[in-house]
Amino acid sequence: MIEIENVSKWYGSFQVLKDCSTEVRKGEVIVVCGPSGSGKSTLIKCVNFLEPFQKGKILVNGVSVAEKTTDLPKLRSHVGMVFQSFELYPHMSTLQNVCLAQIHVLKRSASEAEEKAVQLLKRVGLEDHIRKFPGQLSGGQQQRVAIARSLAMDPIAMLFDEPTSALDPEMINEVLDVMVELAQEGMTMMVVTHEMGFARKVAHRVVFMDGGSILEDRPTEAFFQDPQTDRSQQFLSKILHH
Amino acid sequence: MLNFDLQVIWQELPFLGQGLLTTLLFATLSILVGLVLGTLLALMRLSPFPPFFWLATAYINLFRSIPILLGIFWFYFLVPFIIGRSLGNFASAFIAFVQFEAAYYSEIIRAGIQSVPQGQIGAGLASGLNYPQVMWLIVLPQAFRNMIPPLLTQSIVLFQDTSLISVINVREFMGASRIIAEKEGRPVEIYIFAALIYLLVCLISSQLVKFLEQRTDPKRRRSTETVAVVG
Repeated sequence: MIEIENVSKWYGSFQVLKDCSTEVRKGEVIVVCGPSGSGKSTLIKCVNFLEPFQKGKILVNGVSVAEKTTDLPKLRSHVGMVFQSFELYPHMSTLQNVCLAQIHVLKRSASEAEEKAVQLLKRVGLEDHIRKFPGQLSGGQQQRVAIARSLAMDPIAMLFDEPTSALDPEMINEVLDVMVELAQEGMTMMVVTHEMGFARKVAHRVVFMDGGSILEDRPTEAFFQDPQTDRSQQFLSKILHH
Repeated sequence: MLNFDLQVIWQELPFLGQGLLTTLLFATLSILVGLVLGTLLALMRLSPFPPFFWLATAYINLFRSIPILLGIFWFYFLVPFIIGRSLGNFASAFIAFVQFEAAYYSEIIRAGIQSVPQGQIGAGLASGLNYPQVMWLIVLPQAFRNMIPPLLTQSIVLFQDTSLISVINVREFMGASRIIAEKEGRPVEIYIFAALIYLLVCLISSQLVKFLEQRTDPKRRRSTETVAVVG
């Protein structure tokens, strides 16, 4: 579904991604972790080409994202993305947030889009908040709206870029619960996160990054029981023991 | 000295009123067209396409460094010379004026667009919207809301600047006042009256904008709806 082949990226002379390769097969959940500045957020943004890269290739459903002839808006409309800082549109109600791209990208009618939106907002437990504005919702509620907004496009895969990092601790679980449910329903997911509990529960593989390189890419249990590199051992011991 | 003759104002009210209408029409048209052109200039200036950027930058810097009065004169005398006929005073003043106001507005609008977080653009693009849709549906509505105070200030300056077009004999409020003041020999009364009217229009319009701003600001809707937990 998502194939990342030897991707390298530079900001000026600074190399942020070094020859990264991995893949996410249909129905698979991949967790990408690593210390901050390791390039994991940059890598996930390369998948829908929000971040351009200079070398290598990324295929989404067989289509190369960096190709000039690729219809990027169309490709992006099939790949949902959830951001660390939610990025709901503050001037629109919850309902309008979930309807916008349905109407303007998928060309659904307003009533069709609203029906879909209400159904998804119910699913993430926010049916009482459809007329509210993002500023009136808690962080956890906002992030669940953002997930509903992405799901409304009927995506073939979902990208999560540190979806719980900006949340107060007591709100993390309400977002993770929605993500676990999605994973269990067979959604193809690539998730950048530090939530190792989530990784253990639903991830098929864990990708560990440091300094712009992918150091490990292994099945979840193998990664947690027997991390292969010094960096991943250090990382795990720090993140799991408090 | 202090014998004010308010009778003059009463007598000439129709003439002065006509002038005020011309001023209001001229200012409204200038604000509308100035905002549209200013937005286009701002978008060009923020465009990743270099020729757009250079063109807009050159235009804005040029018009911001020439006195608007000079521009009005220049346009009035130069255009008939080039195209062989006059455009008429009102049209000539309007075209000259709007070119300047668009440049002033565009810098405010550019700052407003840049005040919208970059992540909003990313979120829009990631959902499959194209760049113009992201600008139109997501960035500009937020930008204009952030820009209301400086745009209002600039519009009040614009309204007062419309008095400049009386120099090429457009009979707007300032021009009409001057004609009456000279004809009747009552400059003190007339000019005080004119100042009061300018003040009144500015006050009313700024209150109106503030009222509209409050009604459309989503953050303020909190007070009228039940509030959920705010994290």
